Amino acid sequence: MIIAEAKPILELVQQLAGLRRVLIAGCGCCVAECAAGGEREVETLAPLLRMALQVEGHPLEILTKTVERQCEWEFVEELAELVPKVDAVLSLACGIGVQAVAERFPDVLVYPGVNTTSLALREEAGLWVARCQACGDCRLGETFGLCPVARCAKSLQNGPCGGTRKNGKCEVDENLDCVWNLIVERAIARGQLETLLRVRPPKDWSNSHHGGPKQMLREDLRP
Amino acid sequence: MKLRSGSRLERVLTAGHFAVTVEVGPPQGPNPEPIRRKAELLRGVADAYNVTDNQTAVVRLSSIAGAKLLLEAGLEPVMQMTVRDRNRIALQSDLLGASALGIKNCLCLSGDHQKASAAGKLKGHPGAKNVYDVDSIQLLAILKGLRDQAVQLSGDPIEQPSPFFIGAAWTPLATPESFRTLRLAKKIEAGADFIQTQAVFDVARFAAAVAKARERGLCERVAILAGIIVPRSARMLRYLNEHVPGVEVPEEMIRRLEAAPQPAAEGKKIAQELIAAVRVIPGVRGVHLQAIENEAVLPEIIASADLLPRPDLDAEPARAAAGRNR
Repeated sequence: MIIAEAKPILELVQQLAGLRRVLIAGCGCCVAECAAGGEREVETLAPLLRMALQVEGHPLEILTKTVERQCEWEFVEELAELVPKVDAVLSLACGIGVQAVAERFPDVLVYPGVNTTSLALREEAGLWVARCQACGDCRLGETFGLCPVARCAKSLQNGPCGGTRKNGKCEVDENLDCVWNLIVERAIARGQLETLLRVRPPKDWSNSHHGGPKQMLREDLRP
Repeated sequence: MKLRSGSRLERVLTAGHFAVTVEVGPPQGPNPEPIRRKAELLRGVADAYNVTDNQTAVVRLSSIAGAKLLLEAGLEPVMQMTVRDRNRIALQSDLLGASALGIKNCLCLSGDHQKASAAGKLKGHPGAKNVYDVDSIQLLAILKGLRDQAVQLSGDPIEQPSPFFIGAAWTPLATPESFRTLRLAKKIEAGADFIQTQAVFDVARFAAAVAKARERGLCERVAILAGIIVPRSARMLRYLNEHVPGVEVPEEMIRRLEAAPQPAAEGKKIAQELIAAVRVIPGVRGVHLQAIENEAVLPEIIASADLLPRPDLDAEPARAAAGRNR
């Protein structure tokens, strides 16, 4: 899922100071799953922000609404009734949701309430770890289902750099697995270590952001 | 035998000499004098001099400029190049430029990650966007293409081949150890002519790793230069052992420095002993010495390791044919 994390409350206070009425818009999808921008977070944030702004001398009226998905127009539409009543929307959706709201309601200011960080998997309660970088050229079959683009700090394609710690963690972060160590372990378990001997050529990054912002056009689905 | 680049380092190795390279870190500023001073200090004690490429992700004078300054001083550089900061376009452009300046040896590296930078004293640039368009092994293949086929990675031709002597790093004792021989094999397959290893302190384990490479026939295809860091204190050794992946320091060596009345002098002695110990490992064809910002100790260490004077290649052309693959 798409992973986001709450912005520091101080940043939000600075952003919203001086406004009179704001809608905090939650999203019930990925950001709810990762506890950054779902209904619970919206309803927790609203009184906190109200208090913080009050203390700063900027009383603010806050409305709240959480829709099922801010990245789909039919759900974004559910905000239409409240948006005309506010000066700004603070969207707790991922960057896609924030932009959908801004696009649907061009006359209102839309601020992001979270930082969108990654495409990740919940490994255990309270721990999400990146799994995909949407590189547009998936080769997971060559690395035993483990992605070095997203999970290696250097996106190395041909094995681990010299920075793997003794315990198999990455030198960049003592809590982060070296994904190449995991790939090698999985290869050994399958008796296929020698398959990693092949020199993998440079990737073609052009089907992701590097080829210009990605557009996917499916003629078969066009009206 | 036909030389690939004609660099001094290549000729020294081809002639069967035990090669010596040392590291020269560029300054954090635009003044060329520190490099010129180091060049004077180290003139004649090594066959080639590595110029690091923004090591620990701290901005320094570029390795290309540093290498050129050494050339001007009459020393042969090994230009280090990382894939952290340049995409395939910038890498190849810089390689062509370096070649035009007369730089022949190039060591291809992944580069220290910008987040793992500077180790405390400096801020570095942890907020930088890294590149990693290609990896270090793919960079080796790029150099090989520029040299052997006179083509860019894309297949576009270049006007004439770019004569590089191609280097790679090897960290044989890092986790996962079972893969490290394969990774060396991949580097050779991609184009590596010489290897400079991570620092060796545990000679027995290093020798065992080299033996595995030898069994795979790798030592005949590549010249391995064992990395030696000159230790200065027990604290430094403990830090390297605990915090630098792939560096394994035996506890007794740390204790020895701890007990030494003059740790710096004892450290020099340890470096000499390490050089002597790796020199007799079959398949090791040189040493790469690092005395991090303490280069003044190197001439004495190299002299007492009986590695001076460095071979005068022009005076002994006859050995060139005889000495290969000793």
